[in-house]
Amino acid sequence: MHTQTSTAWVATRKGLFRLDRPARGATRHDSPWAISQVSFLAENLSIVLPEKAARGGAIFAALDTGHFGPKLSCSTDGGKTWEARTAPAFPRRPQDAPPELDPNGRPLPLSVQRIWSLESGSEPGELWCGTIPGGLFHSRDGGTSWDFVQSLWDHPGRKQWFGGGADYPGIHSICVDPRDGNHVRIGVSCGGVWRTRDRGKTWDVCATGMRAEFMPPERQRDPYIQDPHCMVQCAAQPGMLWAQHHNGIFRSTDDAESWHELVAPPGAPATFGFAAAVHPRDPQTAWFVPAQKDEHRLPVAGQVVVTRTRDGGASFQTLRSGLPQEHAYDIVYRHALSVDEGGDSLLFGSTTGSLWSSDDQGDHFHLISAHLPPIYCVRF
Amino acid sequence: MVRVAFTANLRRHLDVPTVEVMGETVHAALAAVFAQNPSLRGYILDDQGALRRHVSIFVGGEQIRDRERQSDALSDGAELYIMQALSGG
Repeated sequence: MHTQTSTAWVATRKGLFRLDRPARGATRHDSPWAISQVSFLAENLSIVLPEKAARGGAIFAALDTGHFGPKLSCSTDGGKTWEARTAPAFPRRPQDAPPELDPNGRPLPLSVQRIWSLESGSEPGELWCGTIPGGLFHSRDGGTSWDFVQSLWDHPGRKQWFGGGADYPGIHSICVDPRDGNHVRIGVSCGGVWRTRDRGKTWDVCATGMRAEFMPPERQRDPYIQDPHCMVQCAAQPGMLWAQHHNGIFRSTDDAESWHELVAPPGAPATFGFAAAVHPRDPQTAWFVPAQKDEHRLPVAGQVVVTRTRDGGASFQTLRSGLPQEHAYDIVYRHALSVDEGGDSLLFGSTTGSLWSSDDQGDHFHLISAHLPPIYCVRF
Repeated sequence: MVRVAFTANLRRHLDVPTVEVMGETVHAALAAVFAQNPSLRGYILDDQGALRRHVSIFVGGEQIRDRERQSDALSDGAELYIMQALSGG
């Protein structure tokens, strides 16, 4: 039995919510979680990063203020107070340089529109940040300053990236190898999976095996245009990766050298979706929230379910206990499903502001709230 | 001197009192404002130094024309009003 994480964070369209586990019997409904604090009420939060206690336990919150651009804040007292950090920014383009055109022929704006991913590195104060448009940024001082990862931007393959659901491509997943901080994998919509083994000096695309059915036949296997919606690594075996891709669920057992598509796995109502979570010690166990595929983006048959595999994707269980099974139209975005370090507790939140938890790997879910703002990110 | 005032919506994020600064162009006036309040810059200008897409600057009731470099000239006593371009519903 592993210890349950006692605090979690929910980043929404209208604020950042802190969850704590109340003492048993402390609430009327004996809910496993209670909303204990709201920060940035009315602000649009794009991502939250609660750093591990061993790293100091700081909380980083990225805001999308709309008119006034993306901002980054940090709390070192559990969210009671926040102070501004520097938001990552693209370097200035030489004044006489023509604007770069994206694959659609439109000028690519070199200005961060949204902070879309944020992860701890292995060194104290080290952070990685991915944005829309697809910039990667690296900080060694806890977000006080950022280096733009020019090597990735300058890679010829990067110029083939294009926007999927957003107007411009973006970096949404960052997997830092817990054994070696030089080794980082990122997921890009739409731009495949990329890997560095030298802390960002050089990069290789590694999306072999991924397939994009929506592209013309000659480009369906092109690694540079793949659309992984979310990529996660098993903490104990970081070479074991899962990706919820636009085209379905893909798995890598060789550190992204190759990917294997799970075609119509038994037990899963659909393989389209956005979110993915993998057990921290058992790479064969992973969770997804399926949806009717891309032209609809609704729960299949109006039923919210989570799918879980325990055998590396050979089969799935459809988990529905405690979840709405009629007229439910909740979609779960890519950062809105999370498993805790113990591996038993799950949280997921939806576009319609529903938030559920489980403490038994998804066998049973508990509704924490059905009335939150649209949820973008949940993290322990 | 020119006078620079800010939308109340910005006060949600930052303390932005109306200020008087020197500047013969909008760019120069903004630079003087940012010198006093460095964190304000990222709220008004994007990474390339252009006016953010949904921010407008009015001078004497007219929107500035050069959103990229803010080269619009200012006369002494001009009043700048920095506001959000309204969008959405």
